[in-house]
Amino acid sequence: MDKVEKGHSNTQLDLLHEETFTRTVFGFWLYLMTDCLLFGTLFCTYGVLYNQTAGGPSSNELFSLKLVFTETMILLLSSFSCGMALLAMLKFQKAKIIGWLMTTFVLGAAFLFLEITEFKDLIHDGHGPDRSAFLSSYFTLVGTHGLHVFFGLLWLTVMIWQVITFGVNIETFRRLVLFNMFWHLLDLVWIFIFTFVYLIGVN
Amino acid sequence: MFGRLTLNAFLHDFVQTQAVVGMVVGAIALVIGLTYFKLWKTLWNDWITTVDHKRIGIMYIVVVVIMFLKGFTDAMMIRLQQMLSVGDSQGFLDAAHFQEVFSAHGTTMIFFVGMGSVFGLMNLIIPLQIGARDVAFPFINALGFWLFASGALLSLISLAVGRFSGAGWLAYPPLSSLQYSPGEGVDYWIWIVQIAGIGSTIGGINFLVTILKMRCPGMTLMRMPIFVWSCLCAVILIVLAFPILTATLAMLSLDRTIGTHFFTVDGGGNYMMYINLIWAWGHPEVYILILPMFGVFSEIVPTFSEKRLFGYASMVWALLFITFISFVVWLHHFFTMGASPYVNAFFGIATMVIAIPTGVKIFNWLFTKFRGRVHFTSPMLWFFAFLLNFTVAGMTGMLLSVPPVDFQVHNSLFLIAHFHGMVIGGVLFGFFAAFTYWFPKFTGFYLDERLNWYAFWCWLSGFLLAFMPLYMLGFMGATRRLDHYEAETGWQFLFIVVFIGAIILFCGAIIQFAGLFWSIYNRKKNWDHTNGDPWNGRTLEWSIPSPPPIYNFATIPTVNSRDPLWEIKHGGSPPAKKEYEDIYLPINTSMGCFIGLFSLFFGFAMTWQMWWLAIISFVAIIVTLIIRLSSADKHKLITAEVVKKMESDQIRSQKSYG
Repeated sequence: MDKVEKGHSNTQLDLLHEETFTRTVFGFWLYLMTDCLLFGTLFCTYGVLYNQTAGGPSSNELFSLKLVFTETMILLLSSFSCGMALLAMLKFQKAKIIGWLMTTFVLGAAFLFLEITEFKDLIHDGHGPDRSAFLSSYFTLVGTHGLHVFFGLLWLTVMIWQVITFGVNIETFRRLVLFNMFWHLLDLVWIFIFTFVYLIGVN
Repeated sequence: MFGRLTLNAFLHDFVQTQAVVGMVVGAIALVIGLTYFKLWKTLWNDWITTVDHKRIGIMYIVVVVIMFLKGFTDAMMIRLQQMLSVGDSQGFLDAAHFQEVFSAHGTTMIFFVGMGSVFGLMNLIIPLQIGARDVAFPFINALGFWLFASGALLSLISLAVGRFSGAGWLAYPPLSSLQYSPGEGVDYWIWIVQIAGIGSTIGGINFLVTILKMRCPGMTLMRMPIFVWSCLCAVILIVLAFPILTATLAMLSLDRTIGTHFFTVDGGGNYMMYINLIWAWGHPEVYILILPMFGVFSEIVPTFSEKRLFGYASMVWALLFITFISFVVWLHHFFTMGASPYVNAFFGIATMVIAIPTGVKIFNWLFTKFRGRVHFTSPMLWFFAFLLNFTVAGMTGMLLSVPPVDFQVHNSLFLIAHFHGMVIGGVLFGFFAAFTYWFPKFTGFYLDERLNWYAFWCWLSGFLLAFMPLYMLGFMGATRRLDHYEAETGWQFLFIVVFIGAIILFCGAIIQFAGLFWSIYNRKKNWDHTNGDPWNGRTLEWSIPSPPPIYNFATIPTVNSRDPLWEIKHGGSPPAKKEYEDIYLPINTSMGCFIGLFSLFFGFAMTWQMWWLAIISFVAIIVTLIIRLSSADKHKLITAEVVKKMESDQIRSQKSYG
């Protein structure tokens, strides 16, 4: 606050941006925590309904680890490239930022494509979310994650457009930091899904 | 094209038609009034597009008042039906309509009146008490309000188009499942609560960041006013509890639309899981409502006792303890579920433990008054009413926390009497106290004391008449949500007493309205000439002019005690004169209102299954959000010279008026 009292308007605007940055990052953390709780609720539901197959197929008859392992690797790689984009931004390398962001987009889209294929096959075989309570909770938990990835891709598109138009400035930097937090959290949630739903599910 | 919506949705019986006509006439009168007084432009520029926390707070209060009238009317209908519907008489409502009325009453009162008054007060008071110029995310704050408002509007629409849910305010399955409630009512409920709930979540995040990051220099956590502490605890609860509600409602809605089996009777679903989940949100929710009101009383009692708050630190720890414990008591709402005695014993004891920090607070308030110079102003009257009713209702709550007792009075009117004592005696009286206490801050004049005094006596006596007999009826076996009973039960006399009580309460509310308009009309007489400190206050909000200028504080204060203003007035060194500085404030935006509007369309479309409209409005929400969130930050500048002029003008007008 010392800066303010000395203050002429330029320093004050800088201070404003600085404050906006810390507040926004903190607020976004809190939002991510609420998102975690949302997933937590869905995980609990999945845990409760895991055995409620209502005569339908159980998890070890449905899941294929090969596909899910591929999905996991793709998502982990996309997290890596997304981190690289942020590092490039710290060095003001606009072309590299866009390149890494596009890599992230392609990987994210591939992940989503595989997930949708998996869902489509399940539904096609008559194992849709309306088959049993177990499948309801499975589709909702994994689908909610997929929905987050979808909105992440939408965000990424806007992000790429912003970097192209505005380059590197305080606002695009802030937004890329937030995007990184969001994308890494999705990764983290996926690790939990991979472990609790798929790894435990196939045994 | 219109999904499930057919012309039948517009056909109503006599009672409902009256409500619709009333609403339409009200809306037309509003439009004519705004046009006649040429207020559209002011409404748009100063209110709808505003991101100023004070104006948003006032808009919350306006919605609260409207929804309070709706919820109160529902309550009167419930009690009238119960008075009339004995033996051969069936009363004036059929069973289905009666169910809708009590469901609407609970939904309105908790989600709109309760949450609205909490968010309204937080918006109005927190930034002023922590010495901040604004909240952390002004746009998100406005967006939270508009989502809240569109939830409220959707619930008003449900009066006119189709029917509301008849499954109670928490829509327990299996009653709320598609099988037993095939109509649009439960979907209305889901989307009303979902939209308003998302508004609450983002509003909670905003205030959590505001309180933790935007306090003025010197205001450490343990120097924050207790109201800010209580709001901090409430927003922690909001941030932790509302995501559970969002997920639960989403699952219920999936059950009803795409045929999943979360809470269904068949397909392996488990409807008790819904009841566990909804109360894992619902119990923290009731603390979200009451904690800020504890904070309100912790501001009012020291001010009107001219003494510092007794046991500040114990107050803070009590709040934090309640915040924590409120997450491990949810099962006491359904002891009859059939959990093992050990589980019930755990939740019963955890519930009883909450009485300890609450008792600490009550004794702290009493000790604050002890040997103080107590002024019997109207905020203090509401405190006394609160103390009486809240303590009685709290003790009956302790009775309910004993599982064997709960098995006897579960779902009876005893329970109704208990929690109305908490929400009327606690939350509503707290809100009235806050309203009379802070009213001069935002208007520059007092509310009429005499009319407040009448209203207070109506509310206190009416409350006792309307709810004490319910304890007796509960013991006599009268269940809640009762639309008809036999004459042999002998309950009718007590129900008549209850209805008389309700009428007295209604008179109290009418007197309050009259008081509000009379005070505005007579404002010269009630003008506050003290330049913003009408009650001899203790905290920062009283150190600035009333109504506060748009930037709140011309210079950001530095505090070094818990009662900074009081210290200055009583021998402390006056604050060092600081130079006025340039102030940047966020500019207005209409995006919040538009997203609220699109959410309203979305909720309506989802209720009636007009998928095309749902898709269009959802895309519209996303596009608007993207436009807003990807545009550059813009600020308006108020230069130091302008600040200086505004400050001196305000002080002059404050002193000379009337």
